[in-house]
Amino acid sequence: MSFAFYLIVALTLAGGLAAVLLRNTVHCALALTVAFAGLALLFLGLDAQFAGFAQILVYIGAVAILVVFAILLTRSSEAEQEGVFSKSWLVGLVIAAGVFAVLGWAVLASARALPWQAAAPIVTVRDIGNVLVGRYVLPLEIVALLLTAATIGAVIVALHEKERTR
Amino acid sequence: MAATPISVTIDQIFILFRDWLDHFLPVAVRPFAAVVLGVIAIACVFPGLFALTTVFERKGLGRMQNRLGPNRVGPFGFFQPIADGIKALTKEDVIPFRADAVVHFIAPLVLVVAVFMGFAVLPMGRNMVLVDMDSGLLFFFAMGASTELSVFMAGWSSRNKYSILGAMRAVGQMISYEVPLLLSSVSVVMIAGSLSLTKIVEAQNHYTGIFPHWYVFTPWGFAAFLMFSIAATAETNRSPFDLPEGESELVAGYFTEYSGFKFALFFLGEYLGMFSISGLGATLFLGGWSAPLSFLNVIPSWIWFFSKVMAAIFIFIWMRGTLPRLRQDQLMNFAWKFVLPFTLLNLVVTALWRFMGEGWARWVVCTAILALAYVLMGRTGMHRKKFGPRSYRYAE
Repeated sequence: MSFAFYLIVALTLAGGLAAVLLRNTVHCALALTVAFAGLALLFLGLDAQFAGFAQILVYIGAVAILVVFAILLTRSSEAEQEGVFSKSWLVGLVIAAGVFAVLGWAVLASARALPWQAAAPIVTVRDIGNVLVGRYVLPLEIVALLLTAATIGAVIVALHEKERTR
Repeated sequence: MAATPISVTIDQIFILFRDWLDHFLPVAVRPFAAVVLGVIAIACVFPGLFALTTVFERKGLGRMQNRLGPNRVGPFGFFQPIADGIKALTKEDVIPFRADAVVHFIAPLVLVVAVFMGFAVLPMGRNMVLVDMDSGLLFFFAMGASTELSVFMAGWSSRNKYSILGAMRAVGQMISYEVPLLLSSVSVVMIAGSLSLTKIVEAQNHYTGIFPHWYVFTPWGFAAFLMFSIAATAETNRSPFDLPEGESELVAGYFTEYSGFKFALFFLGEYLGMFSISGLGATLFLGGWSAPLSFLNVIPSWIWFFSKVMAAIFIFIWMRGTLPRLRQDQLMNFAWKFVLPFTLLNLVVTALWRFMGEGWARWVVCTAILALAYVLMGRTGMHRKKFGPRSYRYAE
């Protein structure tokens, strides 16, 4: 755990907190981008080049852009007048804690299930590709199907909107 | 030490110079200092090239439009960028009263930093690459994707309708053309079998007789190169895809409200983006730093790399002087209904090329599929369009 690690963690946490606490929605989206960038840096700190760059490409290049687009297209980006806390913040907190607990449990359990390795394995992009279309091809296809269904759904929703306004 | 031919020395002169400078330092800091020297070289060469390119562009466009272009400052106007730089530095930095000052300030910095990062993985000559990453191509695209956000930040924070319109156009366009840009590069990765740009160049650095094995000289490579060039032009917001900053429509698009040096930074970022995407195109399809004919390898590799980049820049300028701007719907239709399907088809053709093995059969089959698809898609795309006298809907 070096100095750089703590710096990146501070950056990520600050970005995440700012994303929740800032009043202006576009500022929140930009702060979220900082958190994404921090996560990418954490991946790079773990020598996971592919995951880190994919994180930047997908989350900063696509997801963040879609978020700001959605904000600009759906409502005004002016700051909220009342507080930033939603009325259902307690329910949200419980759900977030539940999801975090499940994820943490899964991660800790997987550490016990896998054989312990002395050194971090050197993984090249080629290995990731081979495993992705070899052993994990079925999950990959399922994700692809899910994304296609989501895209078609989005198109159908957009089409419906267009007909109504005409 | 064995006598090295003079051509090899000149080829490696920058590496030798770096090592020579490096050996004055203590051993502990040498690797770090080597990287710093590389960064300094990149940070000096490309802005210098940018200054030259602005003159060439203005004089070239002037030539195409039957006028002289800048000719007052220095011999033939070649010191114009210096005057421009001094003007940009001394101009008042205006921030609009209603603007979001912090985001307005950060946007040009994010753009220039992200664009500069892309140069880190480009091999600019034999052994001349700053960081030789296993996933260099992915890094390049990751950095390219980060520039989109800075464009949005600039447009949104200015609180100006022209700016926000320009930013929305720019982001929509960049997202649409990023997909074919990536997919056309994927076909190169499929054949080279690596995401490392140095490995991709080495895979092309072979010769049959005197002719090189560049990917652009294969059917799939030629198609991918065309699609890559179209997508790269759109990605750098160059004419005919310069809708986000169309002067006649949007003043200057997303950087309308920038003045002084921040404006110069946007200008710099845009040209550096052109250099880096041209460098990537040269690396992926035109053999990077390798010579076009085997006996021309005597000429240093970095000259070839920069010649290819500058040739691409010339084509950018030429197109700007030639083609009219597209309309927004034409732009989107072109991206999603022609470029994207064609790149997807090209991926299949590339796989076919890979698995058909050596021989002339794959040349015939791949060329036939691509040519047929090109003609069919062009015909169906043009089918419903009526070409006749121009009609104006709103200005009759």
